[in-house]
Amino acid sequence: MAKLIDGTRNKLSSRRGFLKAGLALGGMAATTGAIAGEGDPAILEKKDWVQYTGDGVDARPYGTPSEFEEHVTRKNVAWLTADPVSSVNFTPLHELDGIITPNGLCFERHHAGIAEIDPAEHRLMINGLVEKELVFTMEDLMRFPRENRVYFLECAANTGMEWHGSQLNGCQFTHGMIHNVMYTGIPLKYLLEEAGLKTNAKWLLPEGADASGMTRSLPLAKALEDCLVAFKMNGEALRPEQGYPLRLVVPGWEGNMWIKWLRRIEVGDQPWHHREETAKYTDLMENGKARHFTWEMDAKSVITNPSPQAPLLHKSGHTVLSGIAWSGRGKVDRVDISLDGGRNWRPARIDGLSLDKSMHRFYYEFDWDGSPLLLQSRAIDSTGYIQPTRNELRAIRGTNSIYHNNGIQTWHVKSDGEVENVEVS
Amino acid sequence: MSRFLKIALLATISISCSLPVLAGPLNIGREATSAEVLAWNIDVRPDGQGLPEGRGTVAWGEEVFAEKCASCHGDFGEGVDRWPVLAGGQGTLADEDPVKTIGSYWPYLSTVFDYVNRAMPFGEAQSLEADEVYAITAYILYLNDIVDDEEFELSKSNFMQHRLPNENGFFADPRLESPIAENKNACMKDCVPGVAKIVMRARTLDVTPDGEDNPSGGLN
Ligand code: HEC
Repeated sequence: MAKLIDGTRNKLSSRRGFLKAGLALGGMAATTGAIAGEGDPAILEKKDWVQYTGDGVDARPYGTPSEFEEHVTRKNVAWLTADPVSSVNFTPLHELDGIITPNGLCFERHHAGIAEIDPAEHRLMINGLVEKELVFTMEDLMRFPRENRVYFLECAANTGMEWHGSQLNGCQFTHGMIHNVMYTGIPLKYLLEEAGLKTNAKWLLPEGADASGMTRSLPLAKALEDCLVAFKMNGEALRPEQGYPLRLVVPGWEGNMWIKWLRRIEVGDQPWHHREETAKYTDLMENGKARHFTWEMDAKSVITNPSPQAPLLHKSGHTVLSGIAWSGRGKVDRVDISLDGGRNWRPARIDGLSLDKSMHRFYYEFDWDGSPLLLQSRAIDSTGYIQPTRNELRAIRGTNSIYHNNGIQTWHVKSDGEVENVEVS
Repeated sequence: MSRFLKIALLATISISCSLPVLAGPLNIGREATSAEVLAWNIDVRPDGQGLPEGRGTVAWGEEVFAEKCASCHGDFGEGVDRWPVLAGGQGTLADEDPVKTIGSYWPYLSTVFDYVNRAMPFGEAQSLEADEVYAITAYILYLNDIVDDEEFELSKSNFMQHRLPNENGFFADPRLESPIAENKNACMKDCVPGVAKIVMRARTLDVTPDGEDNPSGGLN
């Protein structure tokens, strides 16, 4: 964080050299608004944005964030995978607020890079156990009724690096394989009804058009209940890395099933047991047996601020703690906060929209006396499910299951405000 | 508010919450031709559905593998650098460091055929002939000591006779019956005796990007 603040300041001072060295070196005094002498130079000095006109409406036909937000990006962890072409990067959760993830910051996970598809050449085929095997163009699809829904997408491997204990310093890395987006799409059931399901239809195999030919077996009941074939995210076309021009939305279920670059849906009477539901996305237990078809994402939460990338720089006084919670089985009814490593809990305040299978934003405001804290958050969803501790999970699953780690996260806030990822007794 | 307005409001609210019920097909899209379905319908299932005609021996598979696969997966499927390991690991699944390969972990041979055929070689997917995929699959069986004869030929007709050792290694998701799901009592006060002690710190490992060490083992 100290690094980021310095970066910001270098930018400021390079801007027409307008800032006095005194401010650039002023350290915390400038950011906290404390003053020396006559007053705050941020007030006393005339800024160039006050005097000079800025860019016109023709300068930024597609807007991007302020240059002072340049550090707010997805980040990857090079050692995780052999090659960035089949890898993952992470959403900067500690830089976001509210519940919607901006499109350019939604984490990416793909298995053979980003497919760049011309929508004019994209087709969606439905084949298998249907009355009529059909082909749709993108234009065809725009004639079906649409739905708008906000859903989180979490990779089943989110927090997977923490099974053996604290590894990564930052909620971006421990919890950043999640995003929350409003999708516009066609209820999958309309497309299936258009083709006409045969009576023995029970499973679907959605398939991607990318070079990994991603496939997952999806039970028909889920498809008919709430799946969407989406073409917009947060109002604009899907980003290429999120499956442009078409992706499957499987609310509450692990991200791998949300097939991107969706080009085909086969209807069958049994699952396919493809690579991503056998070799991967199965959860190995201590006895060497593995759970399969673990689709739903359990209730989970994390404090995003403070966290290792977002320390508490004000030392003490009134403090806003903020975080996110979600459940693949419904809404989040309550989030509790502990300041003492899980000994005592008090309810946080959920603010903003509380939607089914969507991220929820919570806050907890308190007067920090500057002493060290062991922060935890615990989500309780609308089914009454209570987010477990890491050790409760390990007692049942051991440490080799990679996926579905929804255990409670602990952040150690030191008296200097720095934050570290720890585990407590 | 007038009664009329109230009724109108109620009507809009209920409309915005429920999907239109379609009276029947909308007649959108067109029927796929059989050539189109054939071109895309490449998936293979454990019961053999989807297997194309073809055949290939272990010996030929070894040649194809050396040419098209070994640069990443190693001559014997041992994996070069951090690329996936395709052989070995039998009997390690309950170990502290399990080695999950086709021989030790994958339940069905059909998955090998399907995956190699759709996604490999990495960067040149869907370039293999059906015969080559049979031969490579036969070679992978050989690398995992599931067949031991280099002249062994795998084909559409004998495919179903060959099974992988870990076929019975998987079970259905039991999470909803676990003690975690059954716990409905969220303790609020004095939940754990004693003061919380830090038992592990991320700093000890220091593997956050910008850190210097690269630990072994990631998501793959
Ligand atoms: C350029 C490197 C490269 C080459 C060449 C290559 N592969 Fe791969 N292979 C990969 C990568 C990367 C993955 C993992 C992809 C992913 O993350 O989804 C993989 C995965 C696999 C897997 C699944 C492994 C597992 O445990 O899930 C099999 C089987 C496989 N490859 C077989 C082959 C065969 C057969 C060939 C030759 C026809 C081949 N590969 C050529 C890089 C390569």
